[in-house]
Amino acid sequence: MAMLSFERKYRVRGGTLVGGDLFDFWIGPFYVGFFGVTTMFFSILGTALILWGASQGPTWNLWQISIAPPDLHYGLALAPLAEGGLWQLITVCAIGAFGSWALREVEICRKLGMGYHVPFAFSFAIGAYVTLVVVRPVLLGAWGHGFPYGIFSHLDWVSNVGYQYLHFHYNPAHMIAISFFFACTFALSLHGALVLSATNPPKGEAVKTPEHEDTFFRDTIGYSIGTLGIHRLGLFLALAAVFWSAVCIVISGPFWTRGWPEWWGWWLNLPIWS
Amino acid sequence: MMKASSGFFRSISIAAAALAASTLLTGCERPPIDSVQHGFRGTGMVQVYNPRLLIPETHKNVVPDPIPAVPSDGPRARDAYKNVQVLGDVSVAEFTRLMVAISQWVAPNEQCTYCHAPGEDFSSDSMYTKVVARRMIQMTQAINTRWTAHVAQTGVTCYTCHRGNHNPAEVWFKSAPQVQATRGLLGNDAGQNRASPNVGLSSLPYDALREYLSSNPQEIRNNGATALPTGNRSSIKQAEFTYSLMMHMSDGLGVNCTYCHNTQNFAKWDGAPPQRVTAWHGIRMAREINTGYIEPLTPVFPAGRLGPTGDVAKVNCATCHQGAYKPLYGVSMLRDYPQLGRVGTAPAATTAAAGGARR
Repeated sequence: MAMLSFERKYRVRGGTLVGGDLFDFWIGPFYVGFFGVTTMFFSILGTALILWGASQGPTWNLWQISIAPPDLHYGLALAPLAEGGLWQLITVCAIGAFGSWALREVEICRKLGMGYHVPFAFSFAIGAYVTLVVVRPVLLGAWGHGFPYGIFSHLDWVSNVGYQYLHFHYNPAHMIAISFFFACTFALSLHGALVLSATNPPKGEAVKTPEHEDTFFRDTIGYSIGTLGIHRLGLFLALAAVFWSAVCIVISGPFWTRGWPEWWGWWLNLPIWS
Repeated sequence: MMKASSGFFRSISIAAAALAASTLLTGCERPPIDSVQHGFRGTGMVQVYNPRLLIPETHKNVVPDPIPAVPSDGPRARDAYKNVQVLGDVSVAEFTRLMVAISQWVAPNEQCTYCHAPGEDFSSDSMYTKVVARRMIQMTQAINTRWTAHVAQTGVTCYTCHRGNHNPAEVWFKSAPQVQATRGLLGNDAGQNRASPNVGLSSLPYDALREYLSSNPQEIRNNGATALPTGNRSSIKQAEFTYSLMMHMSDGLGVNCTYCHNTQNFAKWDGAPPQRVTAWHGIRMAREINTGYIEPLTPVFPAGRLGPTGDVAKVNCATCHQGAYKPLYGVSMLRDYPQLGRVGTAPAATTAAAGGARR
């Protein structure tokens, strides 16, 4: 693929974390790097293992293919391939691929002299995944507590694990996570509407500036966080949502075994009114 | 000056952090946690237990040592005593042994005098407790013979519910109607939002058992059978009543929803654990116990034993289970007292029961 005229200045040598100049090259528009190689290795191997697992399963229906974790009695040991060992290998591949991708982002940031906001944000998603398939299973003492790799099956897992604690909406960290998710989408919708309004003036009028945007929100709610601030806020809300999601699942089981409604007994038992 | 104030704020913030951390920790358990797989791997159908919280439960579910067996031959109880309306066909020795056992199970302090008035003949029915006890023996025999779909061969005895108490620890009454503190603005709480232990402190309707475990029960399954609405007129309120019953069952058995359901589809039997069938029979059994045996005894009880609306103490799942997935963790006391199940009358069954391993 031909290089675009403006790309030349972004193709900066160096900034690699591992491998020096060895993998410091591009294939078409894509930077490779050591972690590009490991990303390819883990993602191709992992996808192949999923396909092989599907071929051993009962269905090729895309919705119903499922690679399930081992039975609980295997604990934290390795399981036979057909009985969850495949899930264990795929988990290793997934973590390898996600981690490699994040480190490749770090290398690109270093090349461009940027902050690490992008890999930092991505690491929250990786952290949530690792919490689900490594941290919580280890705390509970069995890989079988991980979720199955399948479109419908992982949703069924979510439902059943929620009902292990009778009513998951009473999970305090789940409450916080949901609030951040809603706040995040609300902020994004306000921001998107504002940008679209400012950039689509009536026929014959000029596109509005950030001064107009700030004025709109100062008039409406008395405060505008500003053009830069809205993106900081958005990042915070999104990452907080992911962080508290990870918290809400890791405390379910390892740090609370009963119904979540019952957890609120501490509130009912406060010496103020009990 | 700066330094002093920053030190002050630091100590304030440390104290606040310590307070927040200790508040969080009081609401916490910790690993290691025990879990029991209850479905195909990866379905998330798992029972989760804190082994440290199970220790007191284990102590609660220890079965008392059986009284040594006695001969089943010799004269029948109905011939030796007057007014023996139940258990008349057992031997006098077995009858006496059972009376001793029942007194230990139900009234370990009062013994015989809890049902037999001192100074009166044993045949006298002057004490209401004796009238109730007779009916309860009939109930126990009915459970053990007609409800094996729920109690299997394990069966129940008086101890299953009573555990050394006059009244079983877990019973339920109909709630008194709530007096509205205000009119209009706050509206009617519709029997919910009270953080009641009946529903695991959730906001669900707290008086749901009257809808299911007494006469004229509501339909429990009220979700639609089709993906799109095709005429199912059940309300959200009805669904919440169902969830209240399920909260009670979960609490009463110390299990979570996945003990009986694959929550992918609560109503579907295919893929649900077999325990759901047992539970289905259990709901009907509790209903029959209440309507057939306990509620008819209402006039027999003194007023002090009745609930806020004048109803009698009724059974629910927790009455027998008391927080265990199987009452007494599945140990059969009926084997030692076959007269309560009429299962030991045939000689072969008696031999099998005597030789059966006890857990």
